[in-house]
Amino acid sequence: MSVKFKPSRILFVASIVFYVFIVLGILLTVVLNSLSKGWFSGVLPPYLTTEWYAYAANDHDIPSLLGVTFTVVIADVLISLLIAFPAAYVLARHEFKGKALLLSAFLLPMIVPPMTYGLPLAMLAYKVHIAARVIGVVIVNLVPIVPFMVLVLLPFIEQVGTNLESAAKMLGANRWTIFRRVLVPLTVPGILTASILSLVKAISMFDLTYLVAGGNSQTIVVALYADAYAAGARPPQAVDALAVLYFLIAMTCLIIALKFVSPTQMVFKLK
Amino acid sequence: MRGAAGRGIVPLLIPALIFLVLLFLYPFAYGLFLSFTSAKGQFTFGNYLRFFSDARDFRTILVTLQISVPVTLFNVALAVPFAYYMRRGIKGERIITFFLIVPITLGTVLISEGMLTFMGPAGWFNQLLMALHIVKDPFQFTHNYLGVVISLALQGFPYAFLMLLGYVSGINPDLEKASQMLGANKWQTFWKILFPLMVPGIAIAFSLNFVMAFSVFPSAVLLGQPSGPTRVIAIAAYQWAFEKFNFNAASAISMVMAAIELIVISVVLVWRNRMYKGATMVGKG
Repeated sequence: MSVKFKPSRILFVASIVFYVFIVLGILLTVVLNSLSKGWFSGVLPPYLTTEWYAYAANDHDIPSLLGVTFTVVIADVLISLLIAFPAAYVLARHEFKGKALLLSAFLLPMIVPPMTYGLPLAMLAYKVHIAARVIGVVIVNLVPIVPFMVLVLLPFIEQVGTNLESAAKMLGANRWTIFRRVLVPLTVPGILTASILSLVKAISMFDLTYLVAGGNSQTIVVALYADAYAAGARPPQAVDALAVLYFLIAMTCLIIALKFVSPTQMVFKLK
Repeated sequence: MRGAAGRGIVPLLIPALIFLVLLFLYPFAYGLFLSFTSAKGQFTFGNYLRFFSDARDFRTILVTLQISVPVTLFNVALAVPFAYYMRRGIKGERIITFFLIVPITLGTVLISEGMLTFMGPAGWFNQLLMALHIVKDPFQFTHNYLGVVISLALQGFPYAFLMLLGYVSGINPDLEKASQMLGANKWQTFWKILFPLMVPGIAIAFSLNFVMAFSVFPSAVLLGQPSGPTRVIAIAAYQWAFEKFNFNAASAISMVMAAIELIVISVVLVWRNRMYKGATMVGKG
């Protein structure tokens, strides 16, 4: 690293700058376009306006979209935690036959793309009449989140030694007390990490939601896709206004998340 | 590792098992069952025969592979040197990883939506290319094959890169030092020491990237030509299910999708095992 201008360094920096230019460019055009009027050419729009936000607010039931989005995301994180934490606890503490098999079964929903199992899942959801309802959206989105949580929680629980649990047991605490007073407080960092990572993941989940959502159970992403799909039905600037709303929510969550976790934790990891 | 917790905690697995069976295994089995039944509920191979004999549907396999294989190779091939370069950490690492994680967090729909304007005929990207005299007229980046590929690269590359970064930074730096002390140059050290150790990470990054790219849906619709050149297999499955309401035909297509993904992942794993065996031999050698 003593030589400043090695070709590899130049190539690396140039590629990163190019990538950042594209990502920033995409985001900035979305924001600027949503505020623009008569922007057909040139670097910047000739006029700025907020009318597309009014248009989008008129076009969509924004409170419902926001309500559904947050309900789905929060409910999914909480329910997943309730399912995943006990499972991760057993997997961390207990050796049993078929453990490896069970672990790979948990991995499957993360490796198989939502479109493959999502279609039959959506058909079942329609059959039992939970499709096109918020509860249906919550339930189907559990599928990729629960395994993800198990995997994130597992190392955190393994890290907490069994000594404290044994000590508590010797002092006469029952299993529930140990769980509540020893294990949960010690795994708070893990619970926090898993919840935040799942939250960020859940906001952008499209495929499964799209397959079961309808009417009043649409999340913002699905509404955005539907708008972009029906290009021509409304001005593109109004679609971008909705995109900005979604962008703000996802970005806020990401920035909060990055206070607690590192970006490399956000991608799937396997030992 | 029985420790304080004994057999008594096993019932804590029950919620997760119910979840797994009810929401994943059962739907999958249901899909498999539907794919082998006719609309009247009789056993048939008809859904598969129909898919493979319908030129328009059968073509989707080729179309999807033509999109997903090159883009996955590109993402992983690019991610390996980048992860290698950043293995010890560099200045501004946080900000770089931030920009890499943004497209993943925002999701395909927003990225595709934004690309339509940014890379459209009057967008900034074309303006820049024209200002630099790289192209004379606006280049067509959207509503074609290229648009879908670019969107998959924008999201797939960071994914592969961050995964590999986790891998490569976990490799003991002493190995590299030892190799250099024994007289190997950087190139040899990379190919003989680091690369073999990265193979499992590369295999997983490739598999996940491929699976993501192969099931591409929203960006193929928004950025491609969903009626023809980018009518990917997921679009075919969706159309049979929710436009023609033939769930049996749709299930057969999603099973074909799953099978192809399984085949590709198996091939990658076989490659991994071959390469990785080589790695241990190098270690012993």
